[in-house]
Amino acid sequence: MEKLTNRSVAVDRSPMTFGEKIYLPAIFKGLTITIGHIFKKKATVQYPEQKRPFSPVFRGLHVLNRDEEGRERCTACGLCALACPAEAITMEAAERKPEEKDLYREEKYAAKYEINMLRCIFCGYCEEACPKDAIYLSETLMPTHYSRKTMVYKKEDLLIPHPKKQAGQ
Amino acid sequence: MSEVQNIKVTIDNITIEVPQGTSILEAARKIGGDVTPPAMCYYSKLEGSGGKCRTCLVEVSKGSEKDPRPMPKLVASCRTGVMDGMEVKNITSPRVIEARKGVVEMLLINHPLDCPVCDQAGECHLQDLSYEHGTEGTRYEFDRRTFEKEDIGEYISLHMTRCILCYRCVYVADQLTENREHGILERGDHAEISTLLGKNLNNEFIGNVIDVCPVGALTDKTFRFKNRVWFTKPVDAHRDCNNPKCCGKARLWMRGDEVYRVTARKDQWGEVEGWICNECRFHKKSASDWVIEGPTKVDRHSVISQGHYVNTVPQPKIIDKVIGKEPRLLLNIHDVSDVNKPNVHLSEIPGPAHSDDFEKKDDKKLNN
Repeated sequence: MEKLTNRSVAVDRSPMTFGEKIYLPAIFKGLTITIGHIFKKKATVQYPEQKRPFSPVFRGLHVLNRDEEGRERCTACGLCALACPAEAITMEAAERKPEEKDLYREEKYAAKYEINMLRCIFCGYCEEACPKDAIYLSETLMPTHYSRKTMVYKKEDLLIPHPKKQAGQ
Repeated sequence: MSEVQNIKVTIDNITIEVPQGTSILEAARKIGGDVTPPAMCYYSKLEGSGGKCRTCLVEVSKGSEKDPRPMPKLVASCRTGVMDGMEVKNITSPRVIEARKGVVEMLLINHPLDCPVCDQAGECHLQDLSYEHGTEGTRYEFDRRTFEKEDIGEYISLHMTRCILCYRCVYVADQLTENREHGILERGDHAEISTLLGKNLNNEFIGNVIDVCPVGALTDKTFRFKNRVWFTKPVDAHRDCNNPKCCGKARLWMRGDEVYRVTARKDQWGEVEGWICNECRFHKKSASDWVIEGPTKVDRHSVISQGHYVNTVPQPKIIDKVIGKEPRLLLNIHDVSDVNKPNVHLSEIPGPAHSDDFEKKDDKKLNN
């Protein structure tokens, strides 16, 4: 049969010599490789004390953004839910009352906003679809949970802390 | 006796015979497809409409058989009648495509970019028009025209900033109702749709202005902010309406069993098939009020078809045969999710939902 590549090597099936039968040279050859690895640079890091830098395009846990005055940017336009290939995002909108002007940026806001983290595949399409710069995928690893019930993230789980109220504390 | 003579007209190299007195736009609609010029103000069911938005401009490269000279300027196809042997260029003319780009830019000069908030998004003709015929940017550097918000009643919300002055709503009020209460005030850049001295629009057919509005200037207040149109499922339904002028055939926009919005049925040109009364539109928000005919056929390329899976085949259940019992449901999403709660019926709230329509315990904790 014609060879596909010239890299294939025929297996040597001749009987072992005395030097090969006592196995000692092969054992020492193997040990030098093992011991040699002790002095080489380690491929692993000591997580969580040591952390690797994230890639600039890393997509982690979602956050809902606020503007400089601490008002929620999300206006419940539904484009993130529309773009979501896993259908993980749901929301319900409400109209802002006059006294809620410092809470929400636009006259319409998301009264309920949920991301089902069991469904989310961290593709980042929601971030790309958002016309209001409201949702971002942060450089935080998605934590693990003991129960499925805590995996549906509500708006209060996703919102970033209020910039002014945090400074006042 | 006077049988209407058919005349030949060629639009984008497609020849069609139409009766005399047909407009170029109507002839193009008979051919259909890409040949049809877009129209923002023309409405075939409203007498006298058209000629205002200039999106339907076409080039007439041959006037008629008797006078084959081309028309010097682009003409508005909705207001120009066909002549025998006329040759019209729509998408085959670079002049038309260029002019249409300019028209879209002009329409968008004063139109706010609030599509994320606007309830019309997803079924807005201006969105489609600018997507298909417009350019990406605008050269306008000045402040857009703004208006004070005006309350025109409990059913219809008016956003004058979004209006493109197509006059369709004025014609609806003229031709469907006995006395028109709204109209265009002022002139030029100050022109605005308004009711003089803050009157309410309360005629029993005035709800149709919502359907004819090509943008989000007149929207349904009972549907305001409740859902995006592409998350509701359109269903064709009818009911016996007592009003003789109401056709009773409508389209319900539903989520689950809740009717979020009732509109008239629209054809492929975005025009209503029959007018419906306010009673049907605003007060029959329950599936039991209607005889449901079946899901509306939605164009596959429309955003409204997203997430609406058609022709799906239910997969046979075999897991219970393999393990000898039904699989245990590990999480019922409705136990955890706050969205679409069974005790909150958004479709039954008369106006838009507010913070107190939901349970706000968690939010109070968050904002204090």
